[in-house]
Amino acid sequence: MRPGCYLPVMAALLFGAIEVPAHAATIQITTTDLVFAPAEVSVKVGDTIEWINKDVFVHTATARNGDFDVMMPAKKTVTSVLTKAGTVEYYCRYHPNMKAVLTIAP
Amino acid sequence: MFVRLSAAIAALSILGSAVLAQGAKPTDPQIAHIAYTAGVIDITAAKQAIEKAGNKDVKAFAQGMVRDHEAVNKQALDLVKKLNVTPEDNDTSKTLSKQAADKLAELAKLKGAEYDKAYVANEVAYHKAVNGALETQLIPSASNAELKSLLQTGLKIFQGHQQHAEQVAAKLK
Repeated sequence: MRPGCYLPVMAALLFGAIEVPAHAATIQITTTDLVFAPAEVSVKVGDTIEWINKDVFVHTATARNGDFDVMMPAKKTVTSVLTKAGTVEYYCRYHPNMKAVLTIAP
Repeated sequence: MFVRLSAAIAALSILGSAVLAQGAKPTDPQIAHIAYTAGVIDITAAKQAIEKAGNKDVKAFAQGMVRDHEAVNKQALDLVKKLNVTPEDNDTSKTLSKQAADKLAELAKLKGAEYDKAYVANEVAYHKAVNGALETQLIPSASNAELKSLLQTGLKIFQGHQQHAEQVAAKLK
């Protein structure tokens, strides 16, 4: 590949990079062997969480403050959009020792 | 407190001695049978609790037991099928089933808050006993890697159940 060929690629990357903050992101949180990972995630209002349950057990991602309560069927992926800012501790209602934190910026 | 403690000790010693009584360590087909039997016992107890329990936390806990233990047992069945292993009945499984049948009959006689407390106390003791057996006997004895891994997943979820049962028990006081 000639050096010149990199230019459009670079341009695309740059413009892409500029555009990213304006768009909502998609963040993946998985449950494997009864653990939420990553355990702490920083996100923004409007972002989408992809909840990926790799376990054979049904889980929930339930906010302690009541902001969200997502059902995570076994071996399935579900999505939810974050609508409220705040530091939210969440847990699994079925397995209460599964705990994690989402820091949601406005 | 005394009743709960003695129930825990009885459950522990029965499970422990039954496994130990065989002298030699259990084989994979026996381990699969013991693990599956232990799951069925908890599902049966939970189904009784769903019918009988008055407290909503106790009922929800019991529903969780059915959901999780059925999921583990389904994995176990899929695995023995894949490995072409036939689970083999043994003294530990027999002792477990006998003890569980007695406990079920005992719990059947109780009502209301008394039943709720007794069921949850037994769940704490039972999971403690099963987890002890998994840790010290079944997991170390398992030779197939996939069976060992399934037992380890089982131990992790059952430890969670034990803690959950302890939380429910604390709220019933």
